[in-house]
Amino acid sequence: MKKQIDFLRWGNYAAVLSSILFIASIGIFFKAPIHWGLDFTGGTVVEASYSQPADLDKVRTALHQAGFEDAVIKYFGTTKDVLVRMAPHNEFSNEQLTAKIHAGLNAAGQGDANLKSVSNVGAQVGSELASQGLMAILATFAAILIYVGLRFEWRLAAGAILALVHDTLITAAILILCGFEIDLNILAALLALIGYSINDTIVILDRIRESFRKYRTSNVREIINISINDTLSRTIMTSITVLLVSLVLYFLGGPSVQGFGFTMAFGVIIGTFSSIYVASNLAVWFGLSKEDMLPKQIDRDKIEAEDLL
Amino acid sequence: MNRYPLWKYLLLLVALGLAVIYGLPNLYGDDPALQVSGSRNAQITPEVTSKLEQALTAAELSFKTPEVSDSGVLIRFSTPEQQLKAQEVARTTLGSDFIVALNLAPATPEWLRHLGANPMKLGLDLRGGVHFLMQVDMQEASAKLLNNYVDDFKSKLREKKLRYSNVSLIRNQQIQAGFRQADLRDEALSLLKRQFPELIFVTEERESGFWLTATITEQKLKEMRDYAVQQNLNTLSKRINSIGVAEPLIQRQGADRIVVELPGVQDASQAKKVLGTTASLQFHLLDDKNDVRDALEGRVPADSQLVKDRTGRPFLLEKKLMLTGDHITDAASGVDQNGMPQVSIVLDSAGGDKFSQGTRDAVGRSMATLFIEYKTETALVDGKEVTRHVRVEEIINVATIRSQLSTRFQITGIDSPREAQELALALRAGALIAPIHIVEERTVGPSLGQENIDMGVKASMLSFGLVVVFMLVFYRVFGLFANIALLANMAMLIGIMSLAGFTLTLPGIAGIVLTMGMAVDANVLIYERIKEELRNGLSPGMAIHAGYDRAFATIADSNITHLIAGCMLFAIGSGPIKGFAITLILGILTSLYTTITGTRALVNLTYGRTQPKTLKV
Repeated sequence: MKKQIDFLRWGNYAAVLSSILFIASIGIFFKAPIHWGLDFTGGTVVEASYSQPADLDKVRTALHQAGFEDAVIKYFGTTKDVLVRMAPHNEFSNEQLTAKIHAGLNAAGQGDANLKSVSNVGAQVGSELASQGLMAILATFAAILIYVGLRFEWRLAAGAILALVHDTLITAAILILCGFEIDLNILAALLALIGYSINDTIVILDRIRESFRKYRTSNVREIINISINDTLSRTIMTSITVLLVSLVLYFLGGPSVQGFGFTMAFGVIIGTFSSIYVASNLAVWFGLSKEDMLPKQIDRDKIEAEDLL
Repeated sequence: MNRYPLWKYLLLLVALGLAVIYGLPNLYGDDPALQVSGSRNAQITPEVTSKLEQALTAAELSFKTPEVSDSGVLIRFSTPEQQLKAQEVARTTLGSDFIVALNLAPATPEWLRHLGANPMKLGLDLRGGVHFLMQVDMQEASAKLLNNYVDDFKSKLREKKLRYSNVSLIRNQQIQAGFRQADLRDEALSLLKRQFPELIFVTEERESGFWLTATITEQKLKEMRDYAVQQNLNTLSKRINSIGVAEPLIQRQGADRIVVELPGVQDASQAKKVLGTTASLQFHLLDDKNDVRDALEGRVPADSQLVKDRTGRPFLLEKKLMLTGDHITDAASGVDQNGMPQVSIVLDSAGGDKFSQGTRDAVGRSMATLFIEYKTETALVDGKEVTRHVRVEEIINVATIRSQLSTRFQITGIDSPREAQELALALRAGALIAPIHIVEERTVGPSLGQENIDMGVKASMLSFGLVVVFMLVFYRVFGLFANIALLANMAMLIGIMSLAGFTLTLPGIAGIVLTMGMAVDANVLIYERIKEELRNGLSPGMAIHAGYDRAFATIADSNITHLIAGCMLFAIGSGPIKGFAITLILGILTSLYTTITGTRALVNLTYGRTQPKTLKV
């Protein structure tokens, strides 16, 4: 056997790290300000560009004077591009609103603004999308839980799902912490991450399943270690290719695609960590034993006996 | 054992070939073009086409041969500037009866088009355009419906001389009717049950008398909702056609919403005006006391108005409004007892009352149906193009009143079945039972669209390059196979999307890039397995076989769960997100095929016959 790295030696440290990250993530959900995207809150978002770098303060003042005190302005891409976002203003029709915003932007002393895109979402539609989004993530977890539960021993399945939840939660927390706008794009990226992460975890679980059958004499810890080692090169390879691709998306992509890139890049790192440490550790913690993983001897004897008859 | 039967190779080649053919159109660009189509009043004829050609040549615009099809005439130009200029020329030459729309026509060569190959559809975020989500106001529709029932109850009860003490609406969409005597109530109950089988009746006794309560069944409500949405869909379709957008998307979303997407439309405000207009219908009696010809000379009597019909023939109508179109609950085309085309109309009871009063003394006179809507007109004023919103009134039908009319009547004397259908459609359009509001609106400028495409292409190329290099460095020959498979994977993905007509969005491009990263996963699994089997002492041939064999179970499990996530994404997503889900799901499927079967084929071709002693992996 080639040289084995004892992953599980660091099992306890990993467990501590995971727990800290997990609890910190929950904390972030409650404490940190979440930038909800237009898709979920409803409101208006306008992307505009000037012919020269824009002074945000001047633009802000101009819009406030136009009657939009709640308008949030920031740079978007280059310093010539600004993003204007505000809550729903039902007293104006969408058309009037766009015209007023355009006028406000033009009056900021930065020259005329070119409106590149305008989005208006009603508040009700927004809240519906939010609840649908949440349902989708929960439903995905449930569906995957069922499938994995059917294919693998329940302790392994439970470990896998918890690892998945762990990845999703921590990645979402990082997104919030870094101030990403949480909109439908991010939701899609999280679902894509869930898909990739479970893919990753299952490869290792499958290996564990096989190793239990192959190495009858080793104990649980050794078997898991062997499994992780055997799949290590594959895990690293795939993680690197997906990471590379995600970084391309992050650096080259426009604002909406950057979210995808960041989520996947971060998710890959966390996902690899959790596939190695969290899933199998939890399974062991739930009391995974060799008897659970091996086909029952009694049944085999019974079947053989029946054949004789 | 590392040999594939011939048919598997052929299948691969055929699949790949098809993918390439159907993906090819994407390499050709688009031509800026004009799409000219006719409307109710005007048809595209060869004369019209040559008139247009002459006008364009006179304006020194060069264009390719016009293509005539069912939807009109398509004329391609070489630059967007020429296209815009041509639009002005066309509009002034042809007038407002023709619709002249800007169109980006794919420059796919003839032979590809014959095969049914078209480029991928591009989403709004890549093309620019307008997206509306409209909500059908069911509150108002049900309120109307309930009020109609109250009126109907009253009139039916009066008809049978059943004296009621009260008929009114109560909460929860119910109608109650009260009577002083039990037998009155019971008779009313059986009468109303017969008349309105779609309602559920419940009786009760109260201090104030004997009551019955009617509730609309859930099914009827659903029927009504479906009808309202369908009505709105039809109306919107017609209006969008009048804007003249190529490839608009109008679709029902959920129970009571409609999605409208207009690619290429720059001016959202114009689109909204047209979509939000209410067409209305009015019925007027013809003024038979005065002469049309006098009116044409300028002497229009105070109580009358002059209106033309579709053919331009003028009529003199009484200003007095006999009936408005919102009382129409249904209009259907059909045939009368002589087999001639007719339109049957159903009014609500208030409409029926009004109408019967109005027609009581008007038997033998003629009645005109007036259709009112708002059109946008473009004209050249002093050399500048001016767009105006104009209210247009048109008589769509004149019929003789043969007897006193009430809630149900027929319009006969229609020339053709087609005219009957159009009339019925117009009547239904003018009688919108539920208004719609815009609840979501997104506009993407065309420059942003192009930027997004450029960025997407760049990202895809760079990702492809990185992955290719990576695989070559670490897996050498097998890496080469994996790269070829990746290329085939992308070709198949694009081919399938083009063939099936899926829409490519910006997140969709992100999905393609991600697929590139994940596609190699299956390959890596297989190769690592082969390496392991070699280390275990298997011969190269056996190692290859065992590697593919064993890795398959792992690949299956892991990809199925990945697909579950993708399908969930498809289910909840809308628009751009759906595009992402599609590329993700298709990407998984194509990469499974190319990495498992594709690379196996290559491996078999290379190593299958020679049975090498060693394998450099």
